[in-house]
Amino acid sequence: MIGIIDYGMGNLFSVEKALERLGVEAFISDDHERLRQADGLILPGVGAFKDAMDLLNENGLTKMIHEYVQTGKPFLGICLGMQLLFESSEENGLTNGLSLLPGKVIRFSGVDRKGESYKVPHMGWNKLRFDQDSPLLQGVDEDYVYFVHSFYVDADQSDVVLAEANYDVNVAAVVGKENVFGMQFHPEKSSVMGMQLLRNFTKLTEKGSTADEFYNLSRN
Amino acid sequence: MLTKRIIPCLDVKEGRVVKGIQFVELRDAGDPVELACFYDEQGADELVFLDISASHEGRKTMVEVVKAVASELAIPFTVGGGINSLEDMKRILRAGADKVSLNTAAVLRPELITEGANFYGSQCIVVAIDAKYDEEIGTWRVYTHGGRKATERDVISWAKEAVERGAGELLLTSMDADGEKKGFNIALTKAVSEAVTVPVIASGGAGNADHFAEAFLDGKADAALAASIFHYKETSVAEVKESVKQRGVCIR
Repeated sequence: MIGIIDYGMGNLFSVEKALERLGVEAFISDDHERLRQADGLILPGVGAFKDAMDLLNENGLTKMIHEYVQTGKPFLGICLGMQLLFESSEENGLTNGLSLLPGKVIRFSGVDRKGESYKVPHMGWNKLRFDQDSPLLQGVDEDYVYFVHSFYVDADQSDVVLAEANYDVNVAAVVGKENVFGMQFHPEKSSVMGMQLLRNFTKLTEKGSTADEFYNLSRN
Repeated sequence: MLTKRIIPCLDVKEGRVVKGIQFVELRDAGDPVELACFYDEQGADELVFLDISASHEGRKTMVEVVKAVASELAIPFTVGGGINSLEDMKRILRAGADKVSLNTAAVLRPELITEGANFYGSQCIVVAIDAKYDEEIGTWRVYTHGGRKATERDVISWAKEAVERGAGELLLTSMDADGEKKGFNIALTKAVSEAVTVPVIASGGAGNADHFAEAFLDGKADAALAASIFHYKETSVAEVKESVKQRGVCIR
């Protein structure tokens, strides 16, 4: 059973429906106890980083998330939910994140190296390039997924990047360390490829694994 | 590289897709969910649903349609038509749409764009602009009420204002090109796309698969939308993508 964290941000409905299509049981909740019981948690999110962190802090969810991750059960942040996993974001002034992964969230400059302007947000289908082996990417081919975001984690500055996409800069697209994972794009809106990636995440929860078993999985 | 997007548009009236009658392989050509999945399988990058219901009941039905589509569809979709307030946006987005498209209501009360962007983020606020060339002023004029009413606004300055107010994307329809099937209005598309920093969807005038590459290469559009040529099977999404790809455009 997968818990989808409801903290007042983002499109929870489409994530829940995507899991339903995969035949995975899921629930949306803001209840700490119920979320703690879940075999895996998903932190979705659309909107501003600071608003989201304020809500997580006010609702005591920041603490709950840290305790949950300590148990070794799989945790996945999607879109803004992935950005929240990092140390800080420069959106609306510098805001501290959950600091579960090392790195900073910065804004697309909107101007490339030649001085030509490009469009922000990074909106649409972009191709993934895999950087590291991960249970999340097993059995999946490099393909297109759907992004919508104006802030990003620099893939060249982080060692937790599992897959990246290029949009003037190298954008961290799939990140992961031990049992904490993130996807900058929307797997629930990324057609077949997105479904495969979500399926791989839910497989981790089925095993009821601990962080140790993930290591073994990724080694094999 | 970010790909250019191909977007079929479905007109929905009282909860049923109108046009779209040529789909013999579908059990029910008027069912929005079935058509949405059909286009998804063909490789559509996104869908737009335009609610053309005249009645209040029809509008309420649209929320049910959105819910049903969101349950089945694994690509993004936008809903437009009759969205006049933050309340309307909330209903549609909560039902599972990824974006809402504002047209007449945004022209009448531009603050609505900002309200929507502040609440839901710019990424889900699309401003639709119906444009028609005006010989007298030597540029394009903004029309509202489904193209029936001319306004005082000039398209380029309205496009810029909409983006400043928080629009995350523009859906630009050329009324001059619409229905002519001679291709997208390249001059208009290019002028708007170069004037703003957000993605522009070109609409109106697609008559064959080859027209799409022009919208991207010459018109600088980020996405291109069409309705009838897909509905009446004059071409398919797959065929359009092949044609665009052959011209060297990055496509999914």
